[in-house]
Amino acid sequence: MQKPKVLIIRTAGTNCDKETEFAFHLSGADTELCHINHLKESGSLKNYNIIAIPGGFSYGDDLGAGKILALELMLWFKNELKSFIDKGGLIIGICNGFQVLVKTGILPDLDFTQKVTLTFNDSARFEDRWVYLQGAGRRAQGAAGKKPENIWLKDLPEIINLPIAHGEGKFYAEKAILDKIENNGQVVLRYADTKKSSNVYPLNPNGSLNNIAGITDITGKVFGLMPHPERFMFEYQWPSWKEKQVEPFGLQIFRNGVSYFK
Amino acid sequence: MIWRIDVFPKEEVSSKGLVSQIRDLGLKGDFKVFCRKVYFVEGPGNEADIKTIAQSLLIDSVTEKYSYHKGLFSKKPDPTEIIITYNPGVSDPVALSFEKAIRDLSLEVKNTKIARLYKFENLSIDQIKDLSIQLLYNPLIEHILEYEKAARVESLDEFLGQKYKFQLVEVDILNADDQRLKDISTDGCLSLSLEEMHIIKEYFAKRKRNPTDCELETIATLWSEHCGHKTFRGLIDYEEKNSSGDIIKKTSINNLLKSTIMKATQEINSSDCVSVFHDNSGVVKFDKDFNVCFKVETHNHPSALEPYGGASTGIGGVIRDILGTGQAAKPFASIDVFCFSPWHIAYDDLPLGLLHPKRVMKGVIGGVRDYGNRMGIPTVAGAVLFDERFLGNPLVYCGTLGLIPKDKSFKKSEKGDLVIVCGAKTGRDGIHGATFSSKELDEKTVFLTSAVQIGNAIEEKKVTEAILRARDLNLFNAITDCGAGGLSSAVTELAGEHGVEVSLEKIPLKYSGLNYTEMWISESQERMVFFAKKENLDKLKKIFQEEDVEITVIGKVTDTHKLELFYEKNKVCEIDMDFVLDLPKLKKKAVWVIEKEEEANLPEKTNYSEDLKMLLASPNIACKDWILRQYDHEVQAGSALKAIYGIENLSVSDAAVVRPDLKSEKCIAISTGINPFYSDIDPYWMSALAIDEALRNVVCVGGALKNTFILDNFCWGSPQDERTLGGLVRASSAAYDFSTYFGVPFISGKDSLYNEYSVENKKISIPGTLLISAFSVMDNWQGIISANLKQKENLLYVVGFTKPHMGACEYFRHLKVKEGFVPRVDKLTAKKIFEKLSEAIKKELVLSCHDLSEGGLAVAIAEMCIGSNLGANIFLGDVPKDNDVHNYEVLFSESPTRFIVEIAKDKKEKFEKELKGLPYGLIGCVSEDKKLVVYANESEEIINVGLADLKEAWTKTFEEFR
Repeated sequence: MQKPKVLIIRTAGTNCDKETEFAFHLSGADTELCHINHLKESGSLKNYNIIAIPGGFSYGDDLGAGKILALELMLWFKNELKSFIDKGGLIIGICNGFQVLVKTGILPDLDFTQKVTLTFNDSARFEDRWVYLQGAGRRAQGAAGKKPENIWLKDLPEIINLPIAHGEGKFYAEKAILDKIENNGQVVLRYADTKKSSNVYPLNPNGSLNNIAGITDITGKVFGLMPHPERFMFEYQWPSWKEKQVEPFGLQIFRNGVSYFK
Repeated sequence: MIWRIDVFPKEEVSSKGLVSQIRDLGLKGDFKVFCRKVYFVEGPGNEADIKTIAQSLLIDSVTEKYSYHKGLFSKKPDPTEIIITYNPGVSDPVALSFEKAIRDLSLEVKNTKIARLYKFENLSIDQIKDLSIQLLYNPLIEHILEYEKAARVESLDEFLGQKYKFQLVEVDILNADDQRLKDISTDGCLSLSLEEMHIIKEYFAKRKRNPTDCELETIATLWSEHCGHKTFRGLIDYEEKNSSGDIIKKTSINNLLKSTIMKATQEINSSDCVSVFHDNSGVVKFDKDFNVCFKVETHNHPSALEPYGGASTGIGGVIRDILGTGQAAKPFASIDVFCFSPWHIAYDDLPLGLLHPKRVMKGVIGGVRDYGNRMGIPTVAGAVLFDERFLGNPLVYCGTLGLIPKDKSFKKSEKGDLVIVCGAKTGRDGIHGATFSSKELDEKTVFLTSAVQIGNAIEEKKVTEAILRARDLNLFNAITDCGAGGLSSAVTELAGEHGVEVSLEKIPLKYSGLNYTEMWISESQERMVFFAKKENLDKLKKIFQEEDVEITVIGKVTDTHKLELFYEKNKVCEIDMDFVLDLPKLKKKAVWVIEKEEEANLPEKTNYSEDLKMLLASPNIACKDWILRQYDHEVQAGSALKAIYGIENLSVSDAAVVRPDLKSEKCIAISTGINPFYSDIDPYWMSALAIDEALRNVVCVGGALKNTFILDNFCWGSPQDERTLGGLVRASSAAYDFSTYFGVPFISGKDSLYNEYSVENKKISIPGTLLISAFSVMDNWQGIISANLKQKENLLYVVGFTKPHMGACEYFRHLKVKEGFVPRVDKLTAKKIFEKLSEAIKKELVLSCHDLSEGGLAVAIAEMCIGSNLGANIFLGDVPKDNDVHNYEVLFSESPTRFIVEIAKDKKEKFEKELKGLPYGLIGCVSEDKKLVVYANESEEIINVGLADLKEAWTKTFEEFR
């Protein structure tokens, strides 16, 4: 069987690209790491099953996190991205990649109109820390009949650990929009304590509304999250691995993406 | 036409952070501060374009809105409103991104400029003026945009430099007398001594001409302390005296570096050392495909003047050292060590011209954070120490490690190679004195030897990507970084054995107006120089273009053994390489008096619980998780043991362990050893103890001496002072003694001298400080152990012998006790202890291990408890020590080469067998009671503190920063 093909897009300031590629590689995919300038010249999105936008500081986040890369995707690849999504491709945006996805407006509604944002942490600074996340195992309960398919977070326990590392990760949207994505069941990952979602700092490390750490589009195919799954591929990456062994939850997320095509 | 766009939140709220910082200045009342971003754009003509720019680029449409108008000001602003922007000539990375994005929108742009607007409520104009300079901007790089001046500005060109018209400048030294020679050196910020000026005069007299300014600057740069290490490589007459003043040792040293540190490495002669002491970093073997390299630099003076910019260019510079090693290494981890003044000093008590230590600390940490994080290089470990003497001269050590393919570990160059500069354009930033235009600051600021540079991490990130791609395609042969001295030292050193011709007018400039000498010596950041064959140029250009990095051929390698520079075909420099690269050896005098140490003999207390809590709260010991968490310490996904770890509990490691290549199982443990306080008694032992501490730390996590390598970074006062230099000689000789004793070679090092400043005409010198950075290559991550306690009822041992080593220890410094013996490394046992403990760890007998350092045994066990939420019962009677030692000495002594280790009960015999013949004692066990209880020699309880109290003491110190 042919391996699913993953495109990892990088640009000036992207810095989690190599480990994101490695995580997909470990999960059994064929990977291609490509600079946006190269993609602009010769690239097409047609031949890929998954597109990943990794973490980092694209263009230094100079005009806002993810802003310039989002602009480039909109200016050069809007139609290509639309047809990629229409044809059933998966997209994952991690940290800066999540910021790019919301600033292009691919998330939450695939309509290329920005509706939500990831803004400065309440702590007003960059933080790298491990968090508990809820919602992975069980689907968030959406009121609307149509719920996003659980693609990315399959086979994970209800509470998992991943690290976050960002200065602008506070999920924010106006109430009507927030209600809508909640009702649709698009909120798939929330900051939590060992049992349930929590809004207490540092459990919720950035002040995100509704403790939102990750959302999908209505189909479940496009997934954006602030935590870094590519930093939990091996057991020793878990902070207290010398006391207790924990499954590398991060790797499972990449496996889920890849196995969707197997 | 200039347009101005203001961006602000839809709901403007007063900045909590700024308000609290203003309160720190002592201002009271119910005031508010609002911040906005201001963008000036020149180029687009119509309003629609400006709206597009604002909407598509500048605002986050969910949270922000904007306003715009023509001109820099629409009307005279309220005096409670200030706008801060960069000084002319200072590069602004955000403006570059902004311009790129405007072009992406297919709009025209000529220039942009970015500013910050602050609007205050309920503060007076004077208060605003004062707090602005104290908090909001640094006049070295920024200024307040004044309505009166700016309102008339019609083009942003006015913020750029004037056009430059070539004019050759010669400096008349042939006719200069001694006074004139001195003046030439002083006025030109050349820092050349009269003796050196004579040598230069003689050289040019032979050639029957005067030097050009460019030639003189080039010589001054290459002969500078920074580039040439005059003191370490020079001649020293050294005398050692005892406390009664008798000379007990007298020796002439020719090259202190070669006769101590490099000599140790030579004698150890490790087959793992690949390239030591001659490239930009030290290189040793890693695995079958790669070598590993490590360099640590300091950036003290720039950080004193502009903490944020100084520290960020410090980390940026050392990263380029790694990139500029061999034929380029890939950086994979950084460390940072800082020495600051305690931050509780009132603003009113601050000597004129010095920045408040809080601003220094926040700025330095912020600089390292923003640069390191943007580079995607994890800052994995470090240390922070506090002493009043660092008030005007903080220490900022930045280190980076890299991996380099084995076959790329050495540079190659030959005649005909193209000289290529890549990365940022060259500006006036970092030309000595150039940015210090303010007369006032000249008077106030103590050191003006190095001007401030502004870093742009994303530029360096792009450069890194492009260079590593080009390296892997074998497109260049040699590479180095532009650091101190800019192109002048980079090109000269890289082409030293052949000769080189450079056409200076080809150097890409940030703005016009630089003269040929400025282009040549500018220290603009994010530039690299490499040599490549002509046939590879097209391929290079393609890669660099794709990565958005500028590359320019500026010259070629010759075989003339001369440094030849041209500006538009006019020769502006011709010096022999041998002359400029061969430093004159100057003689200095050094003296050290060994003072007698005395025991303090304090009365014994019945309870030391409060003393322990006091020590845990000491800034040197208290938990600094808030710093490490600001660093992206996990990027690249190699983090195998974090310096601060735990989710529920807060634990510290003695060293960080990183797996630099996910395709290899090998890991690297990285640690530091530093304790300037011992220098006050004897720099010899300070140096020995720094080595011991760095080695303890790698051993603690599973490293072994035989795979360990160290780096030295001396930060010292003025070598013109005999005693200061005497201390340096002693510290260096200890470095030799203990490097050879442990068999752990130095692979690289750096010195920073003249770390002193004046307050009210009184010179204050920092304590002589040696940072030892160590790394240990480990076979895999399975061998890693951590420091926190693992399970109740496990046995706790102390390994190593405890002596009343209380001199300059943390406990005595808190009690302001001056007496006490400085800790001494015991050459009879130390190495064996390290080796046997490593062996025990390798045999999986040890569950956790923590070294005893500042605060001694009591602090070490407390940290192990806090990190696990488990308690411990400890019996001092079983600690290996002499009989007459006080309880406070057993608790807080800082004797080196000691550890606490946790062992499962069933491993007791095996562990003891392993350590046979060495000092160790079974001192207690892990308990599930959430408290630490310590029993004295005579079995009475002298410490009993709950874990929550320990943790509170340990974490409250930095609460305001957390």
